Amino acid sequence: MSLYTRLLGDLTGRGLAALAGFVVLLVALPSLVSSYIATVATIVLYLAFLGQAWNLMLGIAGLLSIGHALFVGIGAYASAYLFAIHGVPPLLGVLAGVAIAVAAGALIGYLGFRFAIGGVYFALLTIAFAEFTRIMVDHAKFLGGTEGLFLPVSAASRHGFDLLNLRGSPEMFYYLILALALAALALCRWLLTGRTGYYWRAIRDNPAAAQALGVDVFRYRMYAAMISAGMAAVGGVFYAFFYNNLFPEQVFGIERSIELTLAPIVGGVGTLFGPIFGAFVLTPLGELFTAGVEWLQTSGAIGRHVKVDGVKPLFWGIAVAAIVLLRPRGIWPWICDRLGLVKPPSERS
Amino acid sequence: MSAAPILEVRDLDLFYGDAAALEDVALDVGAGEIVAIIGANGAGKSSLIRTIHGIEKPRRGRILFKGQDIAGWPSHRVADLGIGQVAEGRQIFAGLTVEENLDVGGFLPRGRATRARNRDRVYALFPRLAERRGQHAGTMSGGEQQMLAIGRCLMGEPELIMFDEPSLGLAPAIVQEVFGIIEQLNRDGITVILVEQNVAVSLKLAGRAYVLENGRIVLSGTGQELLDHEGVRQAYLGM
Repeated sequence: MSLYTRLLGDLTGRGLAALAGFVVLLVALPSLVSSYIATVATIVLYLAFLGQAWNLMLGIAGLLSIGHALFVGIGAYASAYLFAIHGVPPLLGVLAGVAIAVAAGALIGYLGFRFAIGGVYFALLTIAFAEFTRIMVDHAKFLGGTEGLFLPVSAASRHGFDLLNLRGSPEMFYYLILALALAALALCRWLLTGRTGYYWRAIRDNPAAAQALGVDVFRYRMYAAMISAGMAAVGGVFYAFFYNNLFPEQVFGIERSIELTLAPIVGGVGTLFGPIFGAFVLTPLGELFTAGVEWLQTSGAIGRHVKVDGVKPLFWGIAVAAIVLLRPRGIWPWICDRLGLVKPPSERS
Repeated sequence: MSAAPILEVRDLDLFYGDAAALEDVALDVGAGEIVAIIGANGAGKSSLIRTIHGIEKPRRGRILFKGQDIAGWPSHRVADLGIGQVAEGRQIFAGLTVEENLDVGGFLPRGRATRARNRDRVYALFPRLAERRGQHAGTMSGGEQQMLAIGRCLMGEPELIMFDEPSLGLAPAIVQEVFGIIEQLNRDGITVILVEQNVAVSLKLAGRAYVLENGRIVLSGTGQELLDHEGVRQAYLGM
């Protein structure tokens, strides 16, 4: 199969046009909208990227992780520490972050898969590791502990374009995360159409049958955990250099792990575009919802005692509940069917 | 047994915790044979197949496939040697299409180079699968799913296939078709181990058979000998 067939072969003409239009729109976006909206779009793409990584485990390989902030945090802390303390550029720091995250993914995977800790218990194992790491980092002086780890920022660096050190303008970060999100999509698509993806989906659907057929279930589950962890760590590097400050609670907290599952769940677990689509629906709606509550407050309709901070999680809770009840497969498969963006299986080559 | 043995099992013990599932099991399967294993529910038939295939780890004993001891090997390595398994209960990948189910088998090391040819062979053997190649496997009838499970196993080019209750829960007409397929595969040179609750049919199909009771082989002989055996007739054929 050619690379083109593997990456885009399932799309109808209409689907290809939609994808091309979407990419063109994203590339042009910073010159079309305000810097606030461009920042929201950056966060959207960041969550789409992480959603892609997480979805690889649950949606494709059938492994539920609720501790993915662990891998994000490892990437963030490793690269930030190397840069802030030792001056190592993040282009190298990312290698260290990914290596440690892949090792952590392998360790959790090994414990889970070798000792047949399945389903919910595997999810608990991932939470345990994330929490354990959060507490360790709380007490790690060299990482700043609870007082946080800060990256050097200068006025000049805010406007520059230093990709090697990831110091630059918001536009640079926007295009960086856009490139990462598209690369993640292509990587997942490529994996999915090859042996690895077929094995993963077989394992997800029926691990016993996959084993009986001759699939090395343990090995391919390990691959899923390690690749997903490595991708999440790349996202973590972006997070660290985009926000310039890291706190254990804010990076490793379970809220972060849950937050990055929302876009794939809303968009469609197991689909490749679902996590991207979900992020584009959820984040802007969350912003709108927050703005709406703020507006109600300034207009005096609701009192000052309502904390705006809590509004977004509330909205996300409602959104996830609605999706699970109304469109359990997610919104994206439904839209895809409606608009005829993907060829039915019988018409694929 | 006429041909050279392709599979020899010796002194095989399998335990689930402290409970013995198989004790001292010995059997031989010649290349090109159909060997049936019959026995009551819980006698250890599935356990035997699962142990040969590396899914269960035996406590003791040898499993020689073409002279090589594979006891305790992981199942993907057993499959790589050419031992296929059609597990009980139509174990298909429900969310994948028919063709994708076959392709999972086609990605296995043994079938990789010959994937396209094997797929054509499977579609020729099961025209109904060819008609439904784009359909999600979970939406097919029980008989079609069983055919898919057999076809998927063939994608890995096995020399020996172990069938675990292939007729379970299928309509009588489909059962006939499935047994016909097993017979044809055997004529094409594939060695067959058949575990079946449908004792009469499997004894007619099999050259030889073993009777398993409480994890032990208590009787063996040609299919006809066991069909005529008083104890077998009373216990398994209700005569």
